[in-house]
Amino acid sequence: MTRLYSFHGGVHPPENKRQSLGAPIRQAPLPARLILPLQQHIGKPATPLVAVGDTVLKGQKIAEPSGHVSAAIHAPSSGSITYIGLQPVPHASGLESPCIVIETDGQEQWIERQPLTDYQQLDKQALIRHIRNAGIAGLGGAGFPTDIKLNLGRDHIVNTLIINAAECEPYITADDALMRERPDEILSGIEIIAHLLQPSHILIGIEDNKPNAIKALRDAIRARKLPIDLVVVPTRYPSGGEKQLIQLLTGIEVASGSIPADVGIVCQNVGTAAAIYRAVILGEPLISRIVTLTGFALGHRQNYEVLIGTPFSVLLESAEVDRSRMFRLVMGGPMMGISIEDDRIPVIKTTNCIIAATREEMPPSPPAQPCIRCGMCEQVCPASLLPQQLFWFAKGREFDKARHHNLFDCIECGACAYVCPSNIPLVQHYRFAKSEIRNEEAEQLKAAQARERFEARQARLAREEQEKEQRRKERAEAAAREQARKKAEAEQADAGEQDPEAELKKLKTAASIARTKLKKARDALKNAQEKGLDGTDKLEATVLQLEQSAQAAEQAWQNATGVQH
Amino acid sequence: MALIHLSSPHVSKANATDRVMRLVLLATLPALLALTFFFGWGSLIQLCLAATSALLFEAVCLRLRKRPILFFLRDGSALVTAILLALAIPPFAPWWVVVIGSFTAIVIAKHLYGGLGNNPFNPAMVAYALLLISFPVEMTQWNAPFVLIGDSWKALASFPESLMIIFSGVNHHLIDAYTGATPLEVLKHRGGMTTEEVWRNVPVLSDGVFAWYGISAAWLMGGVFLIYRKVITWHAPFAMISILFLLSSLFYAGDPSNFADPFVHIGVGATMMCAFFIATDPVSCATSNRGKIVFGIGVGALIYIIRTWGSFPDAAAFAILLMNLAAPFIDHYTQPRSYGHRRANRGIGGGR
Amino acid sequence: MTTIVTAVLILLLLALVFGLILGFAAVRFRVEGDPIVEQIDALLPQTQCGQCGYPGCRPYAEAISNGDAINKCPPGGQSTIEALADLLDREVVPLDSEHGEEQPKTVAYIREDECIGCTKCIQACPVDAILGAAKQMHTVIVSECTGCDLCVEPCPVDCIDMLPLPVTPTNWKWPAPVSDPNLILTDRGRGHLLQGGSQ
Repeated sequence: MTRLYSFHGGVHPPENKRQSLGAPIRQAPLPARLILPLQQHIGKPATPLVAVGDTVLKGQKIAEPSGHVSAAIHAPSSGSITYIGLQPVPHASGLESPCIVIETDGQEQWIERQPLTDYQQLDKQALIRHIRNAGIAGLGGAGFPTDIKLNLGRDHIVNTLIINAAECEPYITADDALMRERPDEILSGIEIIAHLLQPSHILIGIEDNKPNAIKALRDAIRARKLPIDLVVVPTRYPSGGEKQLIQLLTGIEVASGSIPADVGIVCQNVGTAAAIYRAVILGEPLISRIVTLTGFALGHRQNYEVLIGTPFSVLLESAEVDRSRMFRLVMGGPMMGISIEDDRIPVIKTTNCIIAATREEMPPSPPAQPCIRCGMCEQVCPASLLPQQLFWFAKGREFDKARHHNLFDCIECGACAYVCPSNIPLVQHYRFAKSEIRNEEAEQLKAAQARERFEARQARLAREEQEKEQRRKERAEAAAREQARKKAEAEQADAGEQDPEAELKKLKTAASIARTKLKKARDALKNAQEKGLDGTDKLEATVLQLEQSAQAAEQAWQNATGVQH
Repeated sequence: MALIHLSSPHVSKANATDRVMRLVLLATLPALLALTFFFGWGSLIQLCLAATSALLFEAVCLRLRKRPILFFLRDGSALVTAILLALAIPPFAPWWVVVIGSFTAIVIAKHLYGGLGNNPFNPAMVAYALLLISFPVEMTQWNAPFVLIGDSWKALASFPESLMIIFSGVNHHLIDAYTGATPLEVLKHRGGMTTEEVWRNVPVLSDGVFAWYGISAAWLMGGVFLIYRKVITWHAPFAMISILFLLSSLFYAGDPSNFADPFVHIGVGATMMCAFFIATDPVSCATSNRGKIVFGIGVGALIYIIRTWGSFPDAAAFAILLMNLAAPFIDHYTQPRSYGHRRANRGIGGGR
Repeated sequence: MTTIVTAVLILLLLALVFGLILGFAAVRFRVEGDPIVEQIDALLPQTQCGQCGYPGCRPYAEAISNGDAINKCPPGGQSTIEALADLLDREVVPLDSEHGEEQPKTVAYIREDECIGCTKCIQACPVDAILGAAKQMHTVIVSECTGCDLCVEPCPVDCIDMLPLPVTPTNWKWPAPVSDPNLILTDRGRGHLLQGGSQ
């Protein structure tokens, strides 16, 4: 038996799991419209491959990954594309984001499936490409594209594969149901993962509150004689957190800021393993998943096999929701899920649970009281942080100090807010602080970029100015040279013979200009004298001076004409 | 559809501050009973006085600060402060002592600093220290426990008599029969006698010390209850009592005629109350588990130092206040190592 | 006499020793500080909008280091003023409204069918964030636009709009939790000081 370790903190919220385990997994109805957000995973949104009006078959790829960290999207059923654009999506902000909308035709007509039953003979990269093409992203809740985790074997030595079957959040039983009913799919998926990563150890971590699933898995493992350790861990939230589960099973801590593969561990969810099986052995891309529908506002609380893109409203109707009693709609579990305002949003790859809760079930939290630093949050924090200090820093906007207290190691599990006797919304404080810090960083980056561009522009302008100046100088020099040349020529000509005609013209012009000036001055003087303004004496002097110069000019001209004629 | 939009988690433990405070109140019950049993009705009367005046001052302060009064009164923190103060002062101190104490605790030590959660010092201990310095006579005159003046608790002042003593002043003829020094005081001002002689000759020690032990045991019971209910952790009390025991054993072993034995240090005076109810006050003490241990060690050492070489017979209030001052500093240097970090962060960090 | 000499000698010796220690420390623990202008420039928002009266952020940073007021930067707003006050150990002052009001971040958009291709906005843009050529339609590179407003004025056909950045799930920020309004009655007036930095 494998040794069990422990992680710091943790809480025991009421489980509320039994209510949704009464019946086997049921097929959800085919909705009239399927809404497929382009971003259902961590990373870049997918790029659509279809246009409005196209008809698609079930399983046809309708959007392809853009970039390394991204995932493909497939049509969950056959029909036609009616709209590509903004639609409400499951996101904490409640905002809209680009989606592809398919109007289903009810035919459920499959595209030709391409299974890889002989995957063991295939090149590993080809197999990983196949999984990438199937659009598989972590089904546990984070939605990290699976092919990247499977490709780690190239630059990491992976010695332990951990299959996360803990499902520690209350209410959720999707993985539990999957393990009870389809243990073989999971084990086949694990075999494929193990083939790719070649780990020396395979561990399945499962909480001890799922005896039926444990039995089903144990029987299946025994029947197949697989070298897999099924490790039963005590029920304690958040044992299903990736880092917590790793610590529970191996005693190893994943260093802050690095990934489990850096310590030789890869973690996959059971649902992901089953999806890999379907993609490789059956050739079916990820187009459906198991979703727990629960909460006391529902008539039927059970697990559904749901096509991705099915609107929540369809599922709620199918589960006989009592809308008058529904007070809070949560996607995910009660500890980390996001609350939903609009029930038209679709199920995505990471939707493991929908809770339609009544007011009694999830009452509005009472107003927050002051923090008395009781330290209960610190006792339960699975990351061994000081939540009360982080709270002060977040509230006082002292983000530097919050960072120093490892704010970014917070996994937002909600254990602190769960135990807080003063009902302080701690997690929201941390989320606020984190997004402020990220925003600040982004702004700084942008400012640095702007500065760079500004400086480049300034340099360019200066260079252009300099070049212009240079050219102007050159032109001026050229002109000066030209003039000098002309002047020299003219002087040469002058030396030979003066041009009497031109001289005469010049004198004439000078005389007429002098006359005009004199006239203007006289007018001004007259005007000034009439109005009795000051300074007429100055004007008189000017006029006098102008008279003399006019006479001189006249004289010169007449002399010149005299000479000529 | 009116669905509400909130951040996760969407459930929370029924675990309100007032519940914590109620548990603390419950935990003071054994001490109250023991005090009443050994010293008469005084403590109960002081408690009523303190509670009433504290709630009144709290209400006035909240009013002045324009806060919702009922919302904050219900958290019970004023009541806890009042009760701890009432149980710390001599049972037959005049009424105005405890009223001034409540005023100091609630108005000066708490609301002037920004109310619940923002006070750097423990309000009850601020009040106690102020009273001790301002009214040393009233604050050190404990009445004798019944074991010194009669066979049963009937020898103590009756309820009406107690009321008269408290409300009409120390000069009342009844009080003289009762008042005397506490064991710690006797040991401190022993006038040339060795510790052993004091033990033999002074009745407060030879006969009366069991009353004090009884009260300490009652505080201990309350403290264990709080640890059991996870309201407090063991770190600070354990560290404080161990260091006090260690220091007093060392000195007692070295020179038994001049130093008091460790059991006196632990069983007499405010040690137990301080360890479980004051040194664990979350607001004004260190927060991390390691910080709590450092805090407890500091308090324990200071108590011993002040008791042995200082001018006051008991030192809990001063030790706590001094360590309250150091708590933020301790916090900065005792951060736990976070998950995924090789070493814990030290120091203040993060800018200026 | 000898005592005086000894005392003087001892003091001299001490002075020498401490001088050596200080000199060593100055060399050993020298802090390679950014010149102050760099530090100020790093705090400014780099919109290069010129609302401060200087042709860009760096000139303003130089002016600040020469003693100019720190409250002339509307795009940076109160948070920049606070950061500058912190850095320079000066008093925090409110934004000088003469230079403009603090406004939400905007980005320039060109109404493309109205653009006549005059290139005037391209010349005005301090960060080269507008693309286009003469007689060709221009467009703004949204990710590079600092929202400085400088391109709006020169446009002869008024086809540039300053629009706030749309909020999408990617750039959405978690809001700070709101406490019960009952509880912050007396804090209401101070709220904007505390919150001022967010925009």
